[in-house]
Amino acid sequence: MISEQAKQRMRDLAVRYPVARSAVMPALYIAQQEEGYITQEALEAVAEAIGLTVDDVESIATFYTMYYQRPPGKKSIKVCTSISCYLRNCDALVSHFEERLGVKRGETTADGNYTLLTAECLASCGTAPVLQVNDEFVENVTLEMADTLIDEWNSELCQNLSSQKI
Amino acid sequence: MPELIITKDIDAPGLDSLEGYRQHGGYEALGKALKEYQPDELVEMVKKSGLRGRGGAGFPTGMKWSFPAKNDKPRYLCCNSDESEPGTFKDRMIMEKNPHQLIEGVIITCYACHISTAFIYVRGELALAGRQIQRAIEEAYTAGFIGKNILGSGFDLDVIMHRGAGAYICGEESALMESLEGRRGYPRLKPPFPAAIGLYGGPTVINNCETLATLPAIVKNGAEWYASLGTEKSTGTRVFCLSGHVKKPGNYELPLGTPLRTLIYDEQYGGGILDDRQLKAIIPGGSSTFILGADKVDTPLDFEAIATAGSMLGSGGVIVMHEDTCIVGAVLRMVEFYRDESCGKCTPCREGTYWMTEILHRLEYGHGRESDIDLLMDICDNINGKSFCPLGDAATSPVTSSIKLFREEYEYHVRERHCMVGPNVGAQFIAPAPGR
Repeated sequence: MISEQAKQRMRDLAVRYPVARSAVMPALYIAQQEEGYITQEALEAVAEAIGLTVDDVESIATFYTMYYQRPPGKKSIKVCTSISCYLRNCDALVSHFEERLGVKRGETTADGNYTLLTAECLASCGTAPVLQVNDEFVENVTLEMADTLIDEWNSELCQNLSSQKI
Repeated sequence: MPELIITKDIDAPGLDSLEGYRQHGGYEALGKALKEYQPDELVEMVKKSGLRGRGGAGFPTGMKWSFPAKNDKPRYLCCNSDESEPGTFKDRMIMEKNPHQLIEGVIITCYACHISTAFIYVRGELALAGRQIQRAIEEAYTAGFIGKNILGSGFDLDVIMHRGAGAYICGEESALMESLEGRRGYPRLKPPFPAAIGLYGGPTVINNCETLATLPAIVKNGAEWYASLGTEKSTGTRVFCLSGHVKKPGNYELPLGTPLRTLIYDEQYGGGILDDRQLKAIIPGGSSTFILGADKVDTPLDFEAIATAGSMLGSGGVIVMHEDTCIVGAVLRMVEFYRDESCGKCTPCREGTYWMTEILHRLEYGHGRESDIDLLMDICDNINGKSFCPLGDAATSPVTSSIKLFREEYEYHVRERHCMVGPNVGAQFIAPAPGR
């Protein structure tokens, strides 16, 4: 469901720019925040708020990699694999995550908790290897740190689950 | 201690707030610019300072400012903060830690170029940087530094932060404008250049984040002061992003003309090669610039000297590789980046980056053919200068320069079917799945 409030934010953006069309990218972010990924409803809501066709909005949403075409896991892990991280052994880090999470890069765990992705240079080469989890940086990542992170996320997700049950 | 412009107070607590920035002299330059200078005088000042763009091409900033077409269409400024060049991480630091210095530079630039709407295009992946810029814009509005009649000067300005969403190509100026206009980030044909027909068809100035963040210091201290730093043709300081096989990677601001050796080996900066190994190769300006051999380590880091050495200063991303680096593996990794980030609009880049990756992949994993090395050079020749935008050219830089410098390492891969150095020496690879 895209809330009325979200739709209003999209309409406000459309008048904020000199040309309404410019609001399509921020509006897609709003829709993604609501739905978790770019759904058909998201495309329709953006198209209506900005005054574009649904196809037009879809062509933009599919060009940029940060608009998810499928629902991501609750924790979306992006490990940078570009040259500076490569020189600091990011490949071992990716393999470690694959092993610990039991998925290959690009996949989501069966419980929907984790999506493991590789990313192009994340502008953190001085603190390589680096990863982002839900768009926030974790720098100078060692294999031990990766283990600690996964343990922390596991217990966090577990707690969320039990509080939902109550 | 050399003079610092970008990183002077970068670790001061609270610098990212308007109050903190003002405690370090923030927005004094803006007041001076609006009260003491006519816009044209500021353009002259920046020309005299010798400041050159910090994004990659190194074009003289003042000259760029004098280009916008004189017509009745609205003019725009785009700040290019779409930092994505592999090996580069300076703009992220500026935006996260000192966003107001960028905002102040944006306002000064708009005043100098008669612009009333500015956009700061922040790379989508840099979420914190985007939030910091947004907050800084709001604080600057509240303080009256952005908005109507700024500091009683009669000058009006609107500033909008625009987030990208994951596309390296949007760092190319015409693709950036397409993206800002709400389209796929495909580059535009040039000419017309942005200064003639740019954003929404209006004359447009596009400057890099670090370039704009340098301006308050120039206004405050004068063009002569700035020109006295660095070398005659490469004036000032710049932030070098040091990464790879060094003991202390990080952002180091140095006067242009400082030797690469100082950056890499000096205790204050890189502190030497990781594990005290031998230096093998250096990429001086981000992965789009030509690889230099270890013999070039005494080259001064300025536009001219690096060009003479056979590369470019580019984005200031200095990537260091030591003796255990397999060059074929490293080049494969760099070319994969361009394959993934090619926008697909033109055939030489889209197909060329794909095939280069395939060939490098089979070379690296022991399935290369004797003819592959020349085939790579031939593909580079078909991409270089024949692509729609500079991304294609950039993809060939690591390939051609590495074959020139390390051809015997490529030949070794073909002959011995494994790497010459690095962790994979002697490993007989079983054909892995192709690159994609």
